[in-house]
Amino acid sequence: MACNSSTCNYSGCYKGYEEEEQPKPNTKAAVNGGNSCQNLCVKCKVNEPVCCGIGGENSRFCKDCFKNNLYGKFKQAVTYNAMITPPDKVLVAFSGGPSSRVVLQFVHEMQYKAQKNYDANKDKSLPVFGVGVAFIDESSTHSFTSQHIEKAIEDIRLIVSNLAPPSKELFVVPIESIFSSDGIDGKERLKELLDAVSDVTGKEDLLIHLRILLLQKIASENGYTRIVLGSCTSRIACHVISATVKGQGYSLSADIQYVDSRWEIPVVLPLRDCPAQELNTLCSLDGSLKIVEMLNGPCSGINGLVSSFVKVLQEENPSRECTIVRTAGKLTPFHFNRVPEIHDSNVPSATRRHQKRYTLKPNGSLSSNSFCPICNSPLKKSNFPSSLRSHGSQQNPDLFASACSSCQFQILPKDPSLMEEFLSLLPQQMITKAKHGDQGDFSLL
Amino acid sequence: MEADSKPKKSGARLCCVCNQNRAALKRPKTLEQICRECFYAVFEEEIHQVILENQLFKPGERIAIGASGGKDSTVLAYVLSELNRRHNYGLDLFLLSVDEGITGYRDDSLETVKRNELQYGLPLKIVSYEDLYGWTMDEIVKMIGLKNNCTFCGVFRRQALDRGAALLKVDKVATGHNADDIAETVLLNILRGDIASFNSDFIIIRFSLWLMLGCQNLNKFSTYAYFKKLDYFSTECIYSPNAYRGFAREFIKDLERIRPRAILDIIKSGEDFRISTTTKMPEQGTCERCGYISSQKWCKACVLLEGLNRGLPKLGIGRNQGLNSDGKKDRKRDSRTPSIESK
Repeated sequence: MACNSSTCNYSGCYKGYEEEEQPKPNTKAAVNGGNSCQNLCVKCKVNEPVCCGIGGENSRFCKDCFKNNLYGKFKQAVTYNAMITPPDKVLVAFSGGPSSRVVLQFVHEMQYKAQKNYDANKDKSLPVFGVGVAFIDESSTHSFTSQHIEKAIEDIRLIVSNLAPPSKELFVVPIESIFSSDGIDGKERLKELLDAVSDVTGKEDLLIHLRILLLQKIASENGYTRIVLGSCTSRIACHVISATVKGQGYSLSADIQYVDSRWEIPVVLPLRDCPAQELNTLCSLDGSLKIVEMLNGPCSGINGLVSSFVKVLQEENPSRECTIVRTAGKLTPFHFNRVPEIHDSNVPSATRRHQKRYTLKPNGSLSSNSFCPICNSPLKKSNFPSSLRSHGSQQNPDLFASACSSCQFQILPKDPSLMEEFLSLLPQQMITKAKHGDQGDFSLL
Repeated sequence: MEADSKPKKSGARLCCVCNQNRAALKRPKTLEQICRECFYAVFEEEIHQVILENQLFKPGERIAIGASGGKDSTVLAYVLSELNRRHNYGLDLFLLSVDEGITGYRDDSLETVKRNELQYGLPLKIVSYEDLYGWTMDEIVKMIGLKNNCTFCGVFRRQALDRGAALLKVDKVATGHNADDIAETVLLNILRGDIASFNSDFIIIRFSLWLMLGCQNLNKFSTYAYFKKLDYFSTECIYSPNAYRGFAREFIKDLERIRPRAILDIIKSGEDFRISTTTKMPEQGTCERCGYISSQKWCKACVLLEGLNRGLPKLGIGRNQGLNSDGKKDRKRDSRTPSIESK
């Protein structure tokens, strides 16, 4: 009989060995030597635990159970939110980091199982969803050697090609492709655009907005119906704090849900319930989960400060990130925080029932249909009057009036005379949004 | 206001408001150069505007100013009595001080408040934990240590202020909470899972004057108090080193260095949070034991007091301490909102 208590300190405990110091939850996965035989995986109670989950002493798992635990969270998120259904083609955004790697792996395993079921099934009623991978090459914004980047891209190609069958298309796209023109033009324009932003945090955030627009473009042009991000609990916790700090309290709830359908191609976050620490542990345990170091450089400005702050809080209490996300989860989401209705009869009725049960009821009275052209965050209704007062015409949309207060401060130029030039540097998608925002889309009020 | 500095050869700048005197400091909010007199004027004028715009007072009202002897409440007392005189608010002002019974800290700061009473001509009332609850903070800390002592002190002080206000028969209590304090509270609520507080805190802010100074940053208070040579007490509470608020405070200090307006942005976010009207909010009732306002059978102060008196220091602290079974039995008396308790 196993003495499972980690606080067992009775001198008469049957184990005669020296009790090993219990590893702290924040250390890397350490193989627990065979000494403490009272330590067994809390799940299967058979194997030796090799790592700790976020729960510290109470969540010592063996390698398989640890992985299954994480996969279980992923699967549950996907099912309950109807994120991926048979007719879908999902594009996995891959950065090379541990969260990306894990979400790619899990999506692949899900697809693989679906494929096996399909092959084994006589009537072939349920098609298998398609998976593609997109890597955004942001090397033009940094000054790394081309060797670094080429090696990284090679590694990524290898990873994706090994995740077959079923095979997956890989898109390696430089960030400057967001502009319709390619090559040198695009690079120059990107540089000019980023240089026009004086605030460090604004620059970082603008790059993030460009990144998501490019993912939308790739998905849209190649027939993908979902974009999968590997955003984990830790990243979301940081976003909660940084959005609060930037005055984006109103739109915060839009960014942290499982599903975000305000975009043309809905964006889903299946790893929302997985802490970064556990994803890191999984990658270090499982040799096949290679990470590609992208050397993006540390975040500076507010994003970097928030990141270190959350880290300090985590050290003080390992469940702090979860608490932050849970608290923010109590804020009211928006009507677009659910997958669009599924009308396809190919989708199993169980999935459609799930969707009906777990997607959120639209809250018509609170929904706002005006969005910031830069960051796409929903604007509070009180912003409407200012856009009405604007004197922008169809040709020259009033960018400033249609943007959210955070973008107005940290991204848009302070000097109004520079606004027109800034507008010319933005990608077409943002300009189009600015035009519509200017006139106000009142049809859905 | 445009930052219109004209540097002389020596590098000295002129005040951007009056363009006459030498600039003595940079306004933290706007980074403009400003001289002393203009700083006082601007500072006092902003507070006056907040009072007017939010219609915080009516003529003839009796107002108690929560006075700890620290710079915030000292500045508040000074400025409020100044504005009362200058703009004829017609208010009856009092100083209300809480004596928690902390030797080496509170007894010293109370001396400061007593001096303020004379300096500003405002009658002073002191309420003490000893009288109200039969416990001083010194005794409480001796019993429970330094981990949760701030919880006790905070709950007790809030009630003490109310009781003092009732004794003085005042209409409103003014406190010197500034923007930094409120921003810290917003962050703390996020960190610790307290969403119900968002609504109630901001309702309180609107109706009981805390926002009055919410437009001002911390720095301005220190600067104002320092330049005006106001008599104030500037040591930290000796029992506070482990307070969780310390984390938030550190972060906000760092934040202010990068982006000063972030503090006000945090407050704005707090006001804008989309909180469902169906989120379970505490219902207002009265405490069975003492009659104070409470959302549970017993108010939090009574729960804590009961714990102290029965030698159960964890009563009313946290959720499942697991250290004493009584904690679980009495959980229904815990005045925290059940639906939003977090570990």
